[in-house]
Amino acid sequence: MKEIVVISGKGGTGKTSITASFSILGKENIIVADCDVDAADMHILMKPDYVNSQDFYSGKIAEIDQSKCIKCGKCQNVCRFDAIPIIEGEYVVQPIDCEGCGYCSLVCPRDAITMYEPKVGQWYVSNIKTGTKMVHAKLGIGEDNSGKLVAKVKKEAKILAESEAKDFVIVDGSPGVGCPVVSSLSGASFVILVTEPSVSGVHDLKRVYEVVKKFGLTAGCIINKADINSNKATEIKEFLDEEGIELLAELPYDENFTKAMTQGKSIVEFEDGKIKKILENTWENIKTKVNKK
Amino acid sequence: MKIAIASGKGGTGKTTVSTNLSAFLAENQSVVLTDLDVEEPNSGLFLSGKLIHAEDKFKVIPEWKKEDCTLCGKCQEVCNFNAVMKLGKMIMVFPELCHGCYACSELCPTNALPMIPKKMGELKHYKLSNIDFIESKLIIGEEQAVPLIKQTIQYVDKNFSNDAIKIFDSPPGTSCPVIEATKGADLVLLVTEPTLFGLNDLKLAVETMNILNKKMGVIINRFGLGDQNVEKYCKENNIEIVAKIPNMRKIAELYSSGKLIYSEIEEVKKEFEKIKDFIFKNNPEESK
Repeated sequence: MKEIVVISGKGGTGKTSITASFSILGKENIIVADCDVDAADMHILMKPDYVNSQDFYSGKIAEIDQSKCIKCGKCQNVCRFDAIPIIEGEYVVQPIDCEGCGYCSLVCPRDAITMYEPKVGQWYVSNIKTGTKMVHAKLGIGEDNSGKLVAKVKKEAKILAESEAKDFVIVDGSPGVGCPVVSSLSGASFVILVTEPSVSGVHDLKRVYEVVKKFGLTAGCIINKADINSNKATEIKEFLDEEGIELLAELPYDENFTKAMTQGKSIVEFEDGKIKKILENTWENIKTKVNKK
Repeated sequence: MKIAIASGKGGTGKTTVSTNLSAFLAENQSVVLTDLDVEEPNSGLFLSGKLIHAEDKFKVIPEWKKEDCTLCGKCQEVCNFNAVMKLGKMIMVFPELCHGCYACSELCPTNALPMIPKKMGELKHYKLSNIDFIESKLIIGEEQAVPLIKQTIQYVDKNFSNDAIKIFDSPPGTSCPVIEATKGADLVLLVTEPTLFGLNDLKLAVETMNILNKKMGVIINRFGLGDQNVEKYCKENNIEIVAKIPNMRKIAELYSSGKLIYSEIEEVKKEFEKIKDFIFKNNPEESK
């Protein structure tokens, strides 16, 4: 079983549309994992049925039992996150600011502070329209620990792929360069970098590739909207050459991407033209490459 | 006045709105633009100014002083993040996991874990005519964006008064970095696009801003593409649609070269006029 992770650094480059296309082209032989748990979108294109849903608990949050509190203020003194303001005469933990370090609970002279494990989201195993399964999640608003939820989604997708003897897990990765994307990348067999030829596309590609390199992973790149700026496209290709990253495909700027999405479809289900052909070839190429490893 | 430009989904045009709005407002007044997307800051690619100040930003982590340590293991016991571990006759600190809570350091009976600064990123302050532009960038390998976002906002608060128009380009998503970037804002402008992805992520962003009790408005980018569901949703939920930036290939081309769009396309400029009016209508300083 091989794990293919699609990331982009910058949002809006077409990462999810492309991941969905590969998920369609891979048919029953893959498990789909949506690791963009902050703003998950794969469900819009894959039509999951949410049959199996489970709560996800992670981290710690402090809670003060007001009946035991003697208002000594020690908890507030040690809190480095300004999470314990005085509200109407009582010391109250603000869950949104609490980092869960537990320092306050350790210094409270009356044991009035307990640390509880909050529910931070939900994860699902769903049947999707291609006849296979998808593991996906929804992080609660303003919750921490998205990296841990990403790790959970990936782990469950792997277990599922192994138990159902699938060849691939395809992962729609998280944006940025921080904790969630690090979680998305860990254990990847192959990384697909989706970018666009714009100043920000180039900038973010270079930064996110630093993370890929740190993990010693092999990556290929898809340039989306490649004809929007030929200078920037050339700059990307030069960067790929320097780093030894294979250029997997160049896709033209095409509003069909969005039109397809409006109907809840990926581009390969929407049109039967040039882009579909390119993506089919790219998927075959990726499969061969990943299987050789 | 603090205005946060945010969105659930990435790539909807936050940076386009932040940079164009700043430049547009700066035609008549001074503006402070801060890029809080410290993982992937992009605003600076559209504005070239003179660097007037740069500083390294640090988080604090414990450092093990072997000579003072009795290997009692208290530090490991109190750390909720597995960032301090006793391994044989050693105490190991894992800086990426440390949240800087000081528990291990201050509860150590022999002061063997003093807190020391560790660089997590860089802040740069540029000046171009009426715009002060501040950007922070997280070092690759650092996983926590929140402390850097917090320190960047502190820098802005320290250097500029409340009367200044402050625009914050926020990170995408709905988790802690966004909360940190928007919680101090007087007004939040949510940038979305009229597609199913845009709508889905807009709903998440609206929920987030409701929890924070923020006054907000929506800017629809790439208007004309996709469908009417974003407008319908805003209407049903009484959220004002402040502006509609049209879907034009020319915008994508200008953006790709790092150019501003409002000064090039008259229709776009009109939309920025609307955003400006909306901001002044909601300025708490004005209504005082």
